[in-house]
Amino acid sequence: MSESLNFHFDVDGDNFVSAGQASVQVKKNLRRLGLPPEIIRQVSIALYEGEINMVIHAGGGEADINVYEDRIVIVLADKGPGIPDINLAMQEGYSTATENVRSLGFGAGMGLPNMKRYTDEMKIESEVGVGTTITMCVYLK
Amino acid sequence: MMTVKELSEKYSLKAASMPEPEREIRGGYIGDLLSWVMGRAQADNAWITIMTNINIAAVGALSDVAVIIIAEGAVPDINVIETAEEKGINILLTDKTAYEIAVLISADI
Ligand SMILES: Nc1ncnc2c1ncn2[C@@H]1O[C@H](COP(=O)(O)OP(=O)(O)OP(=O)(O)O)[C@@H](O)[C@H]1O
Ligand SMILES: [Mg+2]
Repeated sequence: MSESLNFHFDVDGDNFVSAGQASVQVKKNLRRLGLPPEIIRQVSIALYEGEINMVIHAGGGEADINVYEDRIVIVLADKGPGIPDINLAMQEGYSTATENVRSLGFGAGMGLPNMKRYTDEMKIESEVGVGTTITMCVYLK
Repeated sequence: MMTVKELSEKYSLKAASMPEPEREIRGGYIGDLLSWVMGRAQADNAWITIMTNINIAAVGALSDVAVIIIAEGAVPDINVIETAEEKGINILLTDKTAYEIAVLISADI
C-alpha cells in the first residue's frame, strides 16, 4: 500500500458538549483533499457516532483516521467498560444511555447501526473491563 | 427550490445564524433524536427540530443539511449560535410547531 495520511485525536471523556471536534476537523481535511461529498458525509457521521459513544459510554478514547488511495480506515479505541453483548448493542433502539444524556438528544440506540450503515466494513472488538476497539472502513473506489 | 435566505424572507423566519445564505434546500427531515437525524436526514435537507443544545451544530455540519429550523419558539444558547456561524451552519427560528412549519414550507423545498 502506498503512503497514507493519518489524523489522530484524543477524545476527551469529560465533555460531550464539545464532542465532535475530531469529526468536524476530519471533515474539513477530507474536503481539502477533494473527496466526494457523499464519502465525506459517510466518514464524518460514522466517526462522530463513534466519538460520541466513547465520550458517553467509555470515558473517552482515541481516534485514528487513515486515508489511503483506495480506502479510509477509522479506528476508535477506548479503555472503557467494554460491550458485554455486541449483537444486542448493534440492534436499532438498544441503549444504556442515562436520562441526562438522553435529554441532549442522544440515546436513541442508533449510533452503532448508523456506523454500520455508513461504512463498507465494520469490526467491533470488545472485552468487558478492558475496553473496545472499533475499526471501520469506507472504500474510495 | 429555494435558498435559505429566500426561505427566511418569504416566511419571516428569524436568522439566528446565516453564514451560508445562498445554500439551496432540497427536502426536509423532522426529528430530535440526533442519531435518527444522522441516519435519516439527507444532505441539503431542512432539518426541523426543537433541540437547542450545542450538539445540533455538530450534527447539522456532519449531516450536511442546508439549514436547521428550530421550531416551537425555542431559542439556542449564544455558544450554539457562535459555533454554527463558525461551522457554516444556517439556523432559522420559528414560533410554529414542527408540523406547521413543515407544511408551510413543503411546496418550496
Ligand atoms: N465504546 C463503547 N463502550 C462501551 N459501551 C458501548 C460503546 N459504544 C456503544 N456501547 C453500548 O452499546 C449501546 C448502543 O450504542 P449506540 O451508539 O447504538 O446507541 P447509544 O449510544 O445508546 O444511542 P445513540 O447512538 O442513538 O445516541 C450503548 O447504549 C452502550 O451500552
Ligand atoms: Mg451512540
